[in-house]
Amino acid sequence: MDHDFTVWFSKSFGLFYLIALSVIIVAYAFWPSNKKRFDDAAHSILGDEDKPYRDLPIGDQPNGDKKWR
Amino acid sequence: MVAQLTKNERQVALLILLAISLWGIAMAVAGRGDPLGVHGAIVLLAGLGGIFAVISGYYAPEPDDSRLDRYFDDPSRAGIVLAMVWVVAGLFVGDWIAWQLVNPNLTFDAAWSSFGRLRPVHTSGVIFGFGGNALIATSFYVLQRTSRARLPDQLTPWFVLLGYNLFCVLAATGYLMGVTQSKEYAEPEWYTDLWLDVVWITYFVLYLRTLARRKEPHIYVSNWYYMAFILVVAMLHIVNSLAIPVSLGHAKSYSAFSGVQDAMTQWWYGHNAVAFFLTAGFLGMMYYYLPVRAGRPIFSYRLSIISFWGITFMYMWAGSHHLHYTALPHWVQTLGVTFSVMLLVPSWASAGNALLTLNGAWHKVRDDATLRFMMVAAVFYGIVTFEGSFMAIRPVNALSHYTDWTVGHVHVGALGWVAMITFGAIYASVPWLWKRQRMYSPRLVEVHFWLALAGTVIYVFAMWNSGIIQGLMWRTYNESGTLAYSFVDTLIAMRPYYIARAIGGLLFLIGALVAAYNIWMTIRTADQPADERVGDRPVVPALTGVSAPQPAE
Repeated sequence: MDHDFTVWFSKSFGLFYLIALSVIIVAYAFWPSNKKRFDDAAHSILGDEDKPYRDLPIGDQPNGDKKWR
Repeated sequence: MVAQLTKNERQVALLILLAISLWGIAMAVAGRGDPLGVHGAIVLLAGLGGIFAVISGYYAPEPDDSRLDRYFDDPSRAGIVLAMVWVVAGLFVGDWIAWQLVNPNLTFDAAWSSFGRLRPVHTSGVIFGFGGNALIATSFYVLQRTSRARLPDQLTPWFVLLGYNLFCVLAATGYLMGVTQSKEYAEPEWYTDLWLDVVWITYFVLYLRTLARRKEPHIYVSNWYYMAFILVVAMLHIVNSLAIPVSLGHAKSYSAFSGVQDAMTQWWYGHNAVAFFLTAGFLGMMYYYLPVRAGRPIFSYRLSIISFWGITFMYMWAGSHHLHYTALPHWVQTLGVTFSVMLLVPSWASAGNALLTLNGAWHKVRDDATLRFMMVAAVFYGIVTFEGSFMAIRPVNALSHYTDWTVGHVHVGALGWVAMITFGAIYASVPWLWKRQRMYSPRLVEVHFWLALAGTVIYVFAMWNSGIIQGLMWRTYNESGTLAYSFVDTLIAMRPYYIARAIGGLLFLIGALVAAYNIWMTIRTADQPADERVGDRPVVPALTGVSAPQPAE
């Protein structure tokens, strides 16, 4: 592996993989079905609860809704 | 502290401390008169001190299961106190060497107090001692809240925090004895580096273990920044510190790289230390504390994801801008320029995202100095990233490189961005962590804010002026084609700015002392109404209301 090869590799592969990564990230960020998850995440830190979630014994679990909120 | 460890953890702690003590003895014996021997003694004392602490609490009752209903915040509390100790020490040394540049007699003729030895004590003290402890403390805090999971055990967080501080002590004491690898921000020698590797990998594994227990399906963006900080710093540090010691009984080592490769590896490390230690981790801090303190969700969560990946992938290639006009191949320098300029996009995306989050909460910024610290940090983040991209351009760098402009640039980032966001996060966390309604004195927070801002502005303008004058004097030729000014001429021209810089630094140091007093009094004043975190937080506006501005979109 000589200097010319390294230069060729970084100028070709390096360019395309960074372009591919940016396309993937932008697509992920703007994918319509992800919107709800991102909005939920943005609001998730504003909750009032300040305790870790703990798995309750079966008998104590609230019916139906398994989500902690 | 020991009372919170389970029996099993106390036993493991004793084994770890025994191993550390043995490692200290081995270093002390092998090192003898070498500085390695002194460091062996320090490690031994740390190990023995830990053993005594664990033994004295060994038979305390074990913590019961109700602990699992609470977050494990003791390491965060200790981390914040340690960060405040380091920032006062680090800023004091920084201001001392600033006055040394005004009056060289202030070295008092000792080797340990010379500029060359004290400067890394200052840089490591504020970056690793203050910044590192604050990052560890806040990362534990944020990680648990955003995952809704308690840290997986009680021992590992303490190992990470205290082990990291042992690294900081070995680094700082080493510099005073003249032990250094002479690599910017990577000065500690091989044995200190190896210890940091152990601590840092434990930190990363701890982070992953906690995330694996998370109850939130989505990993909040702050955790991505904190993880990038931990993972990339491990990677950078391991590669840049590859070195062969002269012998196992000697502190000195030689880098595995040589010549231009060594320089490139060092600045790949050095610039990414700025990117991932001084930026990514603190952005993680900002993306949690700023929205929570303002009581509003981040302006655009999507933008935060895009800027995260932008910063992660582009920063890696920017390091070569530190080596313009050197033996480094020209195309590698150009690559560094290109990526540095492109970095403006994700950087301003983050700064803009933070400021737009405050739209609708500007009255809180006016009234609440804590939130104002975070707002000013975001503004300085925008300034420093613009300045950095600008200085990376080769012709600009021709003027700025090796001058005080670089020092000014670093301090726009370190004082204006890193320290401001950290003080904001600390002022927000302290009442939450110690269950107080508010800080002991909001007025002192206000005093600190204005001291910090005035100190930063004075410092930065002094160094911008000094640096540009210095750069211009270096490149001024007279009619016969020789240099118009001697080196001493430039020193005389810069002296007034050195005095201004030292005064700016002094203001910043006084501000940190005020903060340390205020935090100490908040911790000590137990009779303030105890309260859950809710009470300290600004009211969350009803986002569903018709008139309320919608976040994100």
